[in-house]
Amino acid sequence: MTSTPADLSASPTPRLALRGIVKQYPGCRANDGIDLVVMPGECHALLGENGAGKSTLVKIVAGVLQADEGEILWEGAPVRIGSPAAARTLGIGMVFQHFSLFDSMTVAENVALGVDWRGAMADLSRRVAEVSARYGLALDPARRVCDLSVGERQRVEIVRSLLQDPKLLIMDEPTSVLTPQEIESLFAVLRRLTAEGRSILYISHKLAEIRTLCERATVLRGGRVSGTCDPREETAASLARMMIGTDLAPPVRAAAPRVGEPRLVLDRLSLTSETPFSTALDAVSLTVSAGEIVGIAGVAGNGQAELLSALSGEALVAVPEAIRIDGVAAGHLGPRRRRALGMGFVPEERLGRGAVPEMSLADNVLLSAHRAAGMVRGGMIRFSRAKGFAERVIDAFHVAAAGPRAVARSLSGGNLQKFIVGREIMQNPRLLVVAQPTWGVDAGSAAAIHRDLIALADAGTAVLVVSQDLDELFAICDRIAVICQGRLSPSRPVRAATVEEIGLLMGGVFHLEETSHAS
Amino acid sequence: MRLEARLEPSRAMMVAAPLLAVAATLAAGGLLFAALGFDPLAALFTFFVSPLGDLTGVSEWLLKATPLALIAIGLALGFRGNVWNIGAEGQLTMGAVAAGGTALALYEASGFWVLPLVLTAGVLGGAAYAALPAVLRTRFHANEILTSLMLNYVAILVLAWLVHGPWRSPEGYNFPETRMFTDAALLPALIEGTRLHVGALFVPVVALVVWAVLSRSFLGFQIKVIGLTPAAGSYAGFSPNRVIWFSLLVGGGLAGLAGAMEVCGPIGQLVPSVSPGYGYTAIIAAFLGRSHPLGIVLAALLLALTYLGGDAAQIALAVPLAVIQVFQGMILFFLLAADVLIRYRVRFSARVQTGGTR
Repeated sequence: MTSTPADLSASPTPRLALRGIVKQYPGCRANDGIDLVVMPGECHALLGENGAGKSTLVKIVAGVLQADEGEILWEGAPVRIGSPAAARTLGIGMVFQHFSLFDSMTVAENVALGVDWRGAMADLSRRVAEVSARYGLALDPARRVCDLSVGERQRVEIVRSLLQDPKLLIMDEPTSVLTPQEIESLFAVLRRLTAEGRSILYISHKLAEIRTLCERATVLRGGRVSGTCDPREETAASLARMMIGTDLAPPVRAAAPRVGEPRLVLDRLSLTSETPFSTALDAVSLTVSAGEIVGIAGVAGNGQAELLSALSGEALVAVPEAIRIDGVAAGHLGPRRRRALGMGFVPEERLGRGAVPEMSLADNVLLSAHRAAGMVRGGMIRFSRAKGFAERVIDAFHVAAAGPRAVARSLSGGNLQKFIVGREIMQNPRLLVVAQPTWGVDAGSAAAIHRDLIALADAGTAVLVVSQDLDELFAICDRIAVICQGRLSPSRPVRAATVEEIGLLMGGVFHLEETSHAS
Repeated sequence: MRLEARLEPSRAMMVAAPLLAVAATLAAGGLLFAALGFDPLAALFTFFVSPLGDLTGVSEWLLKATPLALIAIGLALGFRGNVWNIGAEGQLTMGAVAAGGTALALYEASGFWVLPLVLTAGVLGGAAYAALPAVLRTRFHANEILTSLMLNYVAILVLAWLVHGPWRSPEGYNFPETRMFTDAALLPALIEGTRLHVGALFVPVVALVVWAVLSRSFLGFQIKVIGLTPAAGSYAGFSPNRVIWFSLLVGGGLAGLAGAMEVCGPIGQLVPSVSPGYGYTAIIAAFLGRSHPLGIVLAALLLALTYLGGDAAQIALAVPLAVIQVFQGMILFFLLAADVLIRYRVRFSARVQTGGTR
């Protein structure tokens, strides 16, 4: 079953070659004639923005989707990959961006489900232990998945793939949920895999990672290959140009914000967890003042969702004084009454929380802005006012949409996010809470949203940004705090913080923080 | 031939699907009659056209469409907000019980105020009975589909107990029925010489009001948001419990009104069965009418015709009365099938490229 590393790397033919792959979805050509060559022992980057066609392409390679046109050569021979099982038989393994693990089952049980194991569980546990020891992927086969950190869960997925002895391992955005330290140990594992002659197809839009890890890169833009290169010889800027097509103006934050009175005060905010798999908030304290942007960093699943629902009013807090908006105790108030106090809120899910997919933009304005501009009088809606408000948002925030009657679902992710951020800003909030402002948003829209948030803070609004994207937080925030396992670190000025420091905090090392402060 | 997902749900198909379903029902009904040995066209004519041949027929048609439309409009309000009240039959029955009880209590009274009081009692009876699933849903998260459905049987048993027991008519020769209501409690005829009563006039009024609530009011907007995307509703701060209460109370109230109008109209007393399944048929009317008041009125007219057609077919063709349920079932069946075309289109082209079978 185990072929020696020498066998794997001896072959001179490409491990995988794609020729002219086309995949057509209704209204969208996701892959438009893509060529790609991955050599044995190579770590090959597949680079591109959201919507460039990366995920579609790797799903075709992994047998999840079928190409409409084009040819797949596996070690020189044309193949048809009709199903994920066929891909596994060839030696193609995939680690998905979103883990497919059962929370309430143990590591070994999850692996058994993934590899269709029919032998004794004890044998499997031994194999899991062997593989994890060989690659330095520390894992206890008997632990339950719900008790594992995100990094450990990813290891389960990787071990599951490695048990099948793959010759090509596809990694879809593997670092998006990891701390910097976890990323380092992942990279060590990946380097060991390529040294054995295995190939890795590494999907990412993080340029720095690709430059440290990969020897070759294929860049996708709008479903086509916009270039291939050696990322180590490129700069982050030149890669970005290939990916996006234009240079971007980075957001500029005024040197020192004019900070006014506190607009949001969290005073030992605690929230018990409602399900076994959610995180309880433990005495979270934070102040956000007029004119400043405060960021909350952290690895997903550390209490961000709970904190955000406590802030928005969707979850009520037992102690009203734990949340004060503009000096008013608001922990017991629902979302509408918090909005009346001047709070705006941009949720993480654009479609399905921030907007109703089937409704028009004008109707979606009513969702949060119904008290603005006299849109509702005597219980009846004044549609012309809602439509006018939507038109003003579309104009002011450069939303590419057919008009206020366009349904929310018809907008691209970036344009819908611009609309939602714009809808909140147009209500002149005294405090704006934004979750993942540019997650899954194209680079052009992301830059526009960052500029809008900075302009809002400069105009005197208090802005709180909760994000997993450290680059984003460092670009726009004045102060930054880290949430880990429901606890919030003290905030520190961005200028005084380093990525390493924040990374340690994201891993829960609050103690160092305190000692370094004391010194 | 294969189905391909549409980019956008088709608005044309939203309207066309019910028409397709009706056409398919007619075709399948024709086949059914042919299989039974009848000339299909003549049988369909007997079923759908002959009942409307005279004034009596038309008035009976409108008489049966009235409760269907009232109930279905109320149910549609809930369906828009993801509140699935399947208990209209029970709410109708309890409305009839409350109205009948009031009419019997006012047996000695006469005056213009008796009838409004009796009808109001019907509305309150239906609404109160719909409050049970509302409490169970909002307090205990019990699914309203199950609770409201099961309460139907309870209501019918309560009515049976009353007419067999305490409310049985003293001069009724032991038949399980109450006294006939006095004229003060009966709905006046709309057209002299027919059974069609003034209650039919409620239909356009209720349809208009519910239309305004659904499409123009902020409350209707909240119902739609919570029905389409509950998470967006909670983001906006709309209360799902308010929507559950509102739609169950309104739906129950309208079903109760329909029940009151049955016993104060064509029936004139309480009997063990006050409805030939209007509460269930109204669910089909709400679906067929796309939960839109105008569509529901048209759907109610069509479904009312199946009741008349069933009677006519029983007399002229000697087929069992179950043919009514057969036609109603086919309409719903074909409608649900045709609704696939709202989100998918049919492609007849054979696939030439490689790709594989799924």
